[in-house]
Amino acid sequence: MASTIAPNPQDSGLTPLLQVRHSFLVRFTHWVMTLSFLALLVSGLEIVMSHPRFYWGETGNIHTTPLFQIPVPSSRDTVPTGYGYVLPDQNGWSRYLHFQSAWVLVLTGLLYFGAGLFSGHFRRNLLPSSADLSAKRLTSSVVEHLRFARPSKEEAWTYNVLQRLAYLLVIFVLFPMIIWTGLAMSPSFVSAVPAAVNLLGGQQSARTLHFFLTWALVLFLLVHLLMVIVAGFRHRVRAMITGRMAQ
Amino acid sequence: MNKLSRRKLITTGLTVTAGASGLLAAAKLARHYGLVPPDSGGIYGPGETLTYAAQRLLTRHSLAREFSRDQMSKEPFANEVDPLGAEFQLSHQAGFADWRLAVDGLVARPASFSLADLKSYPRRSHITMIQCEEGWSYIAEWIGAPLSHVLGLAGALPQARYVVYRSIQKDWWESIDMADALHPQTLLAYGMNGGELPVGFGGPLRMRVARQLGYKNIKYLTRLTVTDNLKQFGKGLGSAAPEGGYAWFAGM
Repeated sequence: MASTIAPNPQDSGLTPLLQVRHSFLVRFTHWVMTLSFLALLVSGLEIVMSHPRFYWGETGNIHTTPLFQIPVPSSRDTVPTGYGYVLPDQNGWSRYLHFQSAWVLVLTGLLYFGAGLFSGHFRRNLLPSSADLSAKRLTSSVVEHLRFARPSKEEAWTYNVLQRLAYLLVIFVLFPMIIWTGLAMSPSFVSAVPAAVNLLGGQQSARTLHFFLTWALVLFLLVHLLMVIVAGFRHRVRAMITGRMAQ
Repeated sequence: MNKLSRRKLITTGLTVTAGASGLLAAAKLARHYGLVPPDSGGIYGPGETLTYAAQRLLTRHSLAREFSRDQMSKEPFANEVDPLGAEFQLSHQAGFADWRLAVDGLVARPASFSLADLKSYPRRSHITMIQCEEGWSYIAEWIGAPLSHVLGLAGALPQARYVVYRSIQKDWWESIDMADALHPQTLLAYGMNGGELPVGFGGPLRMRVARQLGYKNIKYLTRLTVTDNLKQFGKGLGSAAPEGGYAWFAGM
């Protein structure tokens, strides 16, 4: 069954040898988290539309000077947007979907995190070597990326240093921060853990940071997609779905 | 079938069985300990149940953050309400002397309280934040009688699990569990920022649930019903909010 990867002898020479590139756990969590992230993004933007103004500190409402306002129409007639119309209210399902997807993302993320520590995935595949972190190697990696050079066959079996740093940033900084700032907006959660919001400078600060972190993750997603296209979209996506890649 | 794949099959089978029975056991336990919200059906039910159960395990007795006087919002904001009707205007002109709050359901002594009654009970106040689900917020001082005191006077029965509360606005009715109903910061609020509760903010009487979003803080409160089962109210989802597509538990 699926445990052997030897090609059919009749085909040898014709079909390339397929080798395991990504473990089942990495593939499963990758796609579940992709779906939940997209659901969080869409529902989050819908929620923002009901009050597209951002503040700093504890409180903010339409009587307060905003830090900034995004130039979109609103789904509430109380918000002065400059548009002559009000969008339909989508907050009910958006909020239900947002929190349900957040649970899926957090639980899947914890599974990935625990398994990654336990199996050595982070240490082996994501932690850059000290040699890779030298100024020279980093510069040459940046230059290669800016040239949009397609990686060599051997390189496709590992992650380059910029890739490792980007993944580590997403896994250990951006996702924990966006979960933290999300929880800091919950009046019930912060009643039990007030430091969660106090450390961020207030509930509206948490909301504003949550918004910025969203765009940081969206930027990562776009660059990630671009790099997958540069490296060969079909091969890379197939490897993340089936786990296998031609040697 | 080789050895390795058979082992894999057995492991997977055991994992799935353990997972499924674990979920069933968890669902039974959650129901037993009142960790399942009334809007737990439907596609968003799993997420809502996880949220409510986690919040109840973590926050049953926790207190909402309180603020200092100088953190109070200079200009609080309240959403417009639909016209409240001629009867309300007459009552307003008469200083709400005829306003009554009825308490019924699972209570030993069904009763009706005037504003003067409520003001004669222990006066509690807190400076807390009220957050709208839309994203805006303000901090104000809320003054009122603890809901727990009034439930005590009416003699809420031990089997009580929820308090349903209603307003002169027929479309606005809500309910909270006993953890929130008996919570020391849950007030039948008749005052705000040192004065009377303005009509725009729900005066003469508003439910103030400090650890939940604005929409649980029903304005123009007229009736409390203590119950052990939310199925018999409206569409059985717990309150008007889930009927309109919003979550029943708004502590997030």
